[in-house]
Amino acid sequence: MLRPTKRPVTERRTVRPTGRTARSLAFVHAPLVLLCLLWLTPTAAVFVSSFRTAADSFATGWWEGVRPPLRFTEQNYVEVLSHGGLGRAFMNSLLITLPSVSVTVSIGTVAGFALARMRFRGSGVTLAVLLGLTVVPLQVILVPLLRIYNDLAVTGTRPGLWLVHAGVGIPFVTYLLHNFFRELPRELFEAAEIDGADHLRSFVHVALPTAAPAVASAVIFQFLWVWNDLLLALIFVGGNRETAPLTVMVSGLVNNITGQGWHLLTAAAFVSIVCPLAVFFALQRYFVKGLLAGSVK
Amino acid sequence: MSRQVLLSVAVTVGAPVVLLSWLWLVERLLRPLSYRGRRRARPWLWLAPPLAVVGLYLVWPLLSTIWTSFQVRGGQHGLDNYRYLVHSGEVHDALVNNGLWLVGLTAGSLVAGTAVAVLAHLVRWETAAKAVVVMPAAISTVAAAVIWRFMFDYRPPGVAQTGTLNAIVTAAGAEPVAWLVDERTNNAALIGVGIWMSVGLVTVVMSASIKAIPAELIDAGRVDGAGPFRLFRYVVLPQLLPTIVVVSTLLAITALKAFDVVYVMTNGNYDTNVLANLMYRELFLNADYGRSAALAVLLVILVLPVVAVNLRFFRKGRA
Repeated sequence: MLRPTKRPVTERRTVRPTGRTARSLAFVHAPLVLLCLLWLTPTAAVFVSSFRTAADSFATGWWEGVRPPLRFTEQNYVEVLSHGGLGRAFMNSLLITLPSVSVTVSIGTVAGFALARMRFRGSGVTLAVLLGLTVVPLQVILVPLLRIYNDLAVTGTRPGLWLVHAGVGIPFVTYLLHNFFRELPRELFEAAEIDGADHLRSFVHVALPTAAPAVASAVIFQFLWVWNDLLLALIFVGGNRETAPLTVMVSGLVNNITGQGWHLLTAAAFVSIVCPLAVFFALQRYFVKGLLAGSVK
Repeated sequence: MSRQVLLSVAVTVGAPVVLLSWLWLVERLLRPLSYRGRRRARPWLWLAPPLAVVGLYLVWPLLSTIWTSFQVRGGQHGLDNYRYLVHSGEVHDALVNNGLWLVGLTAGSLVAGTAVAVLAHLVRWETAAKAVVVMPAAISTVAAAVIWRFMFDYRPPGVAQTGTLNAIVTAAGAEPVAWLVDERTNNAALIGVGIWMSVGLVTVVMSASIKAIPAELIDAGRVDGAGPFRLFRYVVLPQLLPTIVVVSTLLAITALKAFDVVYVMTNGNYDTNVLANLMYRELFLNADYGRSAALAVLLVILVLPVVAVNLRFFRKGRA
């Protein structure tokens, strides 16, 4: 099987892809830089534009804004937050997201533990059903829920939306935590049992402390999912300005103020992504873990 | 206002507390039972809260929607809503658009995401490159739609273009394009936004998969004289195949469920409607519960085969 090599092996080995050879610059670095620019430019454009005056935004493209002399203003943010009602929407997003996340992750963690560490008939089926439910198109639950909510007059209230988010989120969180708890070594729990711990104690004192990273992934994932959700918010609280979150408000602005309102719309968009971006950059590791857990099922 | 804030805080803090109290109560109630009885009852009592919420908010609505889809305005039952699905031109158009999404989003995100994962693996600034590409996955589709409407912004010829793409197009000497209105470009533009958002997921998953390839395999390929491209084609790609299938199914499901991007950017106008938007319109604007239920059922039927593929590969991966 030995083939004669035309060049000594060592020479070929020096052409490592990581080296700064002309080839790696052309085929690796250049396309990657290009892709990154393509991915970064749209967001950067909106960011720059959100600090330009209305007149500037109307007259010239955003790229003129980064050319000295710089004339940035924070007026757009002041305007959308106070007059545009975005301050209230921001608060609403928080008031919708935090309780939803807490309810969903608490319940999902308990369910994940029970499914992973208790042996009983039907555990496999329950898990399979939950897994199947993670991919059900949300549209399929809207009609009956909206009808019931209208009958009970809870459409437009936040607690109603919390529960919808809990219902939608629990299968995924359960699945994520189940995968984590299942991997914990049995000895960990046996030691606790010898010390006389019942299930509740081994859950609280043994399982939970080790589960912090997995819970963090679930929290971040759920936080971003609820914060970014448009469809459920639109249907269950969208008609009510008092409770509408950022996504609903901004999507409403899009249709009202494009054309001459780019300075406001870009600022509004940035207000709506401040939280997700902060979460993303501060806790990227956990976010990536959540993404992985969600996809490599 | 402040009462509602208080309620939200109370629920946020209280949810774990209430749940733990429930578990404590369960363990107390179980105490008088025999060991076997406890073992049998305990899991279901622990699972009672999740199963109640999921049953009420997912399983029951799912079944109810199927029932409603056979309901015709006025209360009788029949196949009218499904006849509408089969015969209506707008449903056909939406299906075609969903097909475009399916192919475009899946192929586009897969190629771009894999490219970033492979290329980033080869450079020192891997973390930064991946962060740039994953970032859009963390923001809302609404924000992404604003970001891209700004890119696609159109002004009539002769006026200074403030949209990035049209500035480039006119600088190259061509006429500006109304990307979101022109029916030759608008679906591609919307799908492009979808790709921009989903590539991060693909990159993260593919990157993890690449790192899992044994180094000896790559080295063996190199020793056998394979250049970088053949190395990728014959050594790396076959190793990534199972991951590619799983990621493709996720992208396909995303494509079939597409809603937000279309809703915010064109609202389904200019022949960009997809099934989910049609369903929303029937539900909210026309209040035709039967039709929108039938559309939802159609979505589930379309997603099912994709889920089947996903589960099959998921099982294989575990075995």
